[in-house]
Amino acid sequence: MSKKIHVTTTINGEPIEFLCEARHSLLEVLRDSLGLTGSKEGCNNGNCGACTVMLNGVPVDSCLVLGVEVEGATIETVEGIAQNGELHPIQQCFLEGAALQCGICTPGFLVAAKALLEKNPHPSEEEIRFNLAGNLCRCTGYDKIVRSVQAAASQLQETTS
Amino acid sequence: MKNFEYAAPANVESATALLEKYGDAAKILAGGTDIIVQLREGLRAADVVIDIKNIPEIVDYQYSADVGLQLGAATPCYRIYGDEELAKAYPAVLDSTRIIGGWQIQSRASVGGNLCNASPAADSIPSLIAHQATCHIAGPHGRRSVAAQDFCTGPGRNTLEQGEMLVALTLPPSKPNSGSAYLRFIPRNEMDIAVVGAASWVQLDDSGESIQSGRIALAAVAPVPLYAEEASSWLSGQPATAATFVEAGELAKNIVSPISDMRGTAEYRQHLVGVLVKRTLKIAVERARTNQ
Repeated sequence: MSKKIHVTTTINGEPIEFLCEARHSLLEVLRDSLGLTGSKEGCNNGNCGACTVMLNGVPVDSCLVLGVEVEGATIETVEGIAQNGELHPIQQCFLEGAALQCGICTPGFLVAAKALLEKNPHPSEEEIRFNLAGNLCRCTGYDKIVRSVQAAASQLQETTS
Repeated sequence: MKNFEYAAPANVESATALLEKYGDAAKILAGGTDIIVQLREGLRAADVVIDIKNIPEIVDYQYSADVGLQLGAATPCYRIYGDEELAKAYPAVLDSTRIIGGWQIQSRASVGGNLCNASPAADSIPSLIAHQATCHIAGPHGRRSVAAQDFCTGPGRNTLEQGEMLVALTLPPSKPNSGSAYLRFIPRNEMDIAVVGAASWVQLDDSGESIQSGRIALAAVAPVPLYAEEASSWLSGQPATAATFVEAGELAKNIVSPISDMRGTAEYRQHLVGVLVKRTLKIAVERARTNQ
């Protein structure tokens, strides 16, 4: 048995403790130890963004973070986006805009797109494409994703104004 | 991935002590965007991984217009391009940090890590060379410094000796009437490895019409990123015109020794050197004139 390390962290607002080996990625911890299977393993080398989570307020590929690195950190995953059973506008817009087909890339896109709209509530199409360049989709051709992010931006603007 | 010990020392001395003890079996973890992939794919092996992000001087930076920039080696890219003052003082560094991977990578990847990884195609290294960056190294026998253009010694290899680590980079203060730019050529829009990368820095005279001094650096055209010394010194006293930018590009071509691979042939890379030097000089001059 390899030595396991005790880690204390906050995930989606809940204090969480887990044990992991040093070599385990945050993605492996989320999916295999904590049952948070929303984050997907696509490439497992930082190209596809399907495993995107927020780590201390910035989007990261959780396949390129070691579980032991998140001691004391704050993590938000796709499971934390919907609140009280209500989909977030970004989720609702992806659904209505058919911004997904197979769905593997979707959790990563949702986390990154939500982060983008929090940083820049009115992104241009170019800004959306630039900021989501770290998320790959092999089904949709991206147009529906971009349009859904634009729709979510308008909807969020209405709710705040 | 083979398991390893994990250490997160709180100061540089503890980190270098671990490096000295474990030698090549110790690997440093900053943003992890290269090393975790290399460990997972068996390209590098570690018995102990040393996470340096608990060391304050390594994860932060200090900037003042008088002194310049002291950049902790593990400071992630997004903190650099997110700081308007820094972006204005070192525009080529901003250009580089904005295109290293996507947003998720920029949240973790550092300029220091990009340097240590020593890829011939590293996007940040030409910008560091153009801005005359100095690398500050700590080791078991004290500290030393080397110029950014002398840090890499071959593909994936650098000047660090056993027990040594990169602690910080310093960039001199931004000079009046100066500007810089980095461009890379890639066949995609984003998220790709440079076929060729070029950074140019210029300082103009007070009229804004002629170049007082310039520095040109190149990536992906030799085993290590290059400082184009002859082309750079030739720039002094030249008019800031299109003909000068073209001629500097021609001179820069003389020092390259590119390979042919799936990203492009040696001949194509040499051609791109001329194009990118010309374009980065043009942008650098525009930025110098508009003080951007």
